Amino acid sequence: MSLPAEIDTFADYLAAHENKSLLRFLTCGSVDDGKSTLIGRLLFDTKLLFEDQLATLSNDSRKHGTVGEDLDFALLVDGLAAEREQGITIDVAYRFFATDKRKFIVADTPGHEQYTRNMATGASNSDLAVILVDARQGILTQTRRHSFIVSLLGIRHVVLAVNKIDLVDFSQEVFDQIVADYVEFARDLGFETFVPVPLSARFGDNMLERSERTPWYTGPTLVEHLENVPVADDALARPFRMPVQWVNRPNLDFRGFSGTVVSGSVRPGDPIVVAGSGRTSTVKSIVTQDGLLTKADAGEAVTITLDDEVDISRGDIIAAAGARPEVADQFAAHLIWMHDDHLLPGRSYLIKIGTRTVSASVTEIKHKVDVNSFQKLAAKQLGLNEVGVVNFATQHAVAFDPFAQVPQTGAFIVIDRMSNLTVGAGMIDFGLRRATNVHWQALEVDKASRAAMKFQKPVVLWFTGLSGAGKSTVANIVEKKLQALTRHTYMLDGDNVRHGLNKDLGFTEADRVENIRRVIEVSKLFVDAGIIVLTSFISPFRAERRQARDSFEDGEFVEIFVDTPLAVAEERDPKGLYKRAREGLIKNFTGIDSPYEPPEHAEIHLQAGTATPEEMAEEIVSYLTANGYLE
Amino acid sequence: MSADRMTHLRRLEAESIFIIREVAAEFKKPVMLYSIGKDSAVMLHLAMKAFYPSKPPFPLMHIDTTWKFRQMIEFRNEMAKKLGFELIVHTNQEGVAQGINPFDHGSSFYTNVMKTEALKEALTLHGFDAAFGGARRDEEKSRAKERIFSFRTETHAWDPKNQRPELWNLYNTRVKPGESIRVFPLSNWTELDIWQYILAEDIPIVPLYFAAKRPVVWRDGQMIMVDDDRIPLHPGETPEERLVRFRTLGCYPLTAAIDSDADTLEAIVREMLIARTSERAGRLIDHDEAASMEKKKREGYF
Repeated sequence: MSLPAEIDTFADYLAAHENKSLLRFLTCGSVDDGKSTLIGRLLFDTKLLFEDQLATLSNDSRKHGTVGEDLDFALLVDGLAAEREQGITIDVAYRFFATDKRKFIVADTPGHEQYTRNMATGASNSDLAVILVDARQGILTQTRRHSFIVSLLGIRHVVLAVNKIDLVDFSQEVFDQIVADYVEFARDLGFETFVPVPLSARFGDNMLERSERTPWYTGPTLVEHLENVPVADDALARPFRMPVQWVNRPNLDFRGFSGTVVSGSVRPGDPIVVAGSGRTSTVKSIVTQDGLLTKADAGEAVTITLDDEVDISRGDIIAAAGARPEVADQFAAHLIWMHDDHLLPGRSYLIKIGTRTVSASVTEIKHKVDVNSFQKLAAKQLGLNEVGVVNFATQHAVAFDPFAQVPQTGAFIVIDRMSNLTVGAGMIDFGLRRATNVHWQALEVDKASRAAMKFQKPVVLWFTGLSGAGKSTVANIVEKKLQALTRHTYMLDGDNVRHGLNKDLGFTEADRVENIRRVIEVSKLFVDAGIIVLTSFISPFRAERRQARDSFEDGEFVEIFVDTPLAVAEERDPKGLYKRAREGLIKNFTGIDSPYEPPEHAEIHLQAGTATPEEMAEEIVSYLTANGYLE
Repeated sequence: MSADRMTHLRRLEAESIFIIREVAAEFKKPVMLYSIGKDSAVMLHLAMKAFYPSKPPFPLMHIDTTWKFRQMIEFRNEMAKKLGFELIVHTNQEGVAQGINPFDHGSSFYTNVMKTEALKEALTLHGFDAAFGGARRDEEKSRAKERIFSFRTETHAWDPKNQRPELWNLYNTRVKPGESIRVFPLSNWTELDIWQYILAEDIPIVPLYFAAKRPVVWRDGQMIMVDDDRIPLHPGETPEERLVRFRTLGCYPLTAAIDSDADTLEAIVREMLIARTSERAGRLIDHDEAASMEKKKREGYF
């Protein structure tokens, strides 16, 4: 980096520096293909390392290095203590360098399969992928997996870096074969540019400078290509979309909607629609602290005001009136699963799409994809790092675009409700027709009118507890007491549900989830009919009970924990089930080889070890009276 | 490619504004950690932009170790007043009572008590569920690995081996009571970006960044400014007046000055472009032990 002496030219130099474009890319590939070394070499060759960093590197190379006396460039990027000790990359690291033409943000992603989610994290914000292959190894499973995920996440530019070419004597034959193998399997991955480069990250061949040791190679060096590859984001060419982040209301005279334009552009006077409500208006002004804008393009963070008083809140999408996003409560999507706990159809998760977070569940796993052969396989659940095509149903209709058309409004993450962890990443393929076509009839005969006729507030009394805890015994007494008070009730329990509605279900985790889902749906219909419903199921998982609770309106769901110690329940063993479970004759038996997750906030917590069933039933009826369920 | 395509700096600015707005919209009680340095100055500037014409809907908080440069404290009070921010200043009073200082207790212990513990104490005291920090990924290797929305347990600990995936700009902001998220809107900025942006936007910064004659003494090969009379001088030692400036600001006994005649922003950026030493070299606390930043961060340091 040379500096001009004159301050005028320095100003020019600065201006040029400020106006550089930015390329975000990731390096990926299998373990030991040399990803971290490649980035270390880039930093070293582009003179982005400071003297003290070099001194530290030299120290570390002696301590942890894997390349003898030489500088181990991988140590520049592997920043976590655990990584340095184990000599592997666990999480994505971001590095920054610049050449005269461009600035670069590199995501160095891990190669181990178990850390695929971290690789996907790095890929999701990249414009280009440098996929490394060890020339000695050729294409490995991870090469395919990473290529597939990179393609799924929408990356359209790929460099195939055939590394360690020095270790195969700079052989053109080896290089050509690897490239041919790669092209063969990547044909359908939809990459717009594909450039294979033979290189040695350790020695710098074809990194910055063309190597004399590969005279047969006529293409660009890695850096030449990174500097020149056109990755023009076509976001500008797409229709205008702005998910609303924050309603800007400093005083009564100003009401603006703050957000980032994610695609297209917008000008004052443009007609817009609020996706979802379908309300239309016209853009009045585009406000920033630096003044009003005459136009805002994709990528800009602005605040928009409208001509009309339109009801808009966080989570809504302001869109071009002439090119509206889809609105539906069911859609098909590609999903990458990122957690040890499997994705279970029917279980309630949260999804965040744009700036909106809604409850959602997978209604069907259509198939999963084998990352090696890209074949479709039948699946009942998705495990860690698996990719599937699934149908989602959301609690409320959401606005979106297919990911292929507008990635920013077609991507979503899946969050586990209990742990709050991000457990999946999804890309919407299309909305499902039936969702757009089903319209709820507004009936004059409704829940309220049905309940009013019965002089009661419909409610679900959700009994949960171990097998043999006494749920059904107590529920039966409660139902009798309510009938004596001339209330309309119905009881759902294993006996009347398992034999009919749910007789196709077994006791695997997936089947238990489905069992509960159906019970919830039936309960909902009864509640809609104005009935007091008593459900008596072990329902051992918090997530399912949470889902049940969320399916009802406030006050319609009363969770009753029949808290009997396992030893007591097992001692009672009314149906002889514990005995058989202990003998291994019944699998997945709650309390024995399947967990029971006790409620944390049950409305009623019955200490079933000390109270009689009659006393407990009375406690429940008192609760219902005190809370106005029995007028 | 369109002619008015956004430049590098505009992309970074927009990304940061998006992050800051997302926090304001999704958290119950966010706070912006204000360290008074150049990165904090940029972060503050971006927060003002993010909510204009409203004011940012969160307070600023400064963890005052009582050993900051005097000019930093003056600047802090001025900025909060000028921009209309509520300013929370927190000091670990127990540490003060015990007389914990960087000279007698070593930088590692001192930093832990007066910065890390103080910060954790303040976050718990106010019940903040999100805290903005001005850290950048180019500063240090463990920072390079950290998410933009970085989860902290109830004890404010960071688990670097088990970070939440972070895809696109869909930040997972969900926490249980007591847990929190540290948010780093400047994650993708480099030191040079920061300076260029300060230059382009004319952002006010503490005068210590500009070269001036200042009294310094030498400690372990580094120049330490004599900001007040609490620094123990060796017998016969007299501070030397020298033309110096600071690339990074913190507690004065732990922040080394560099020889420089850069007394304008242009000159600073120019100096940056030929710099051969990274800015953290001027922070004495990083050299204490290998992987020291990661260790501190796991314990709750920013």
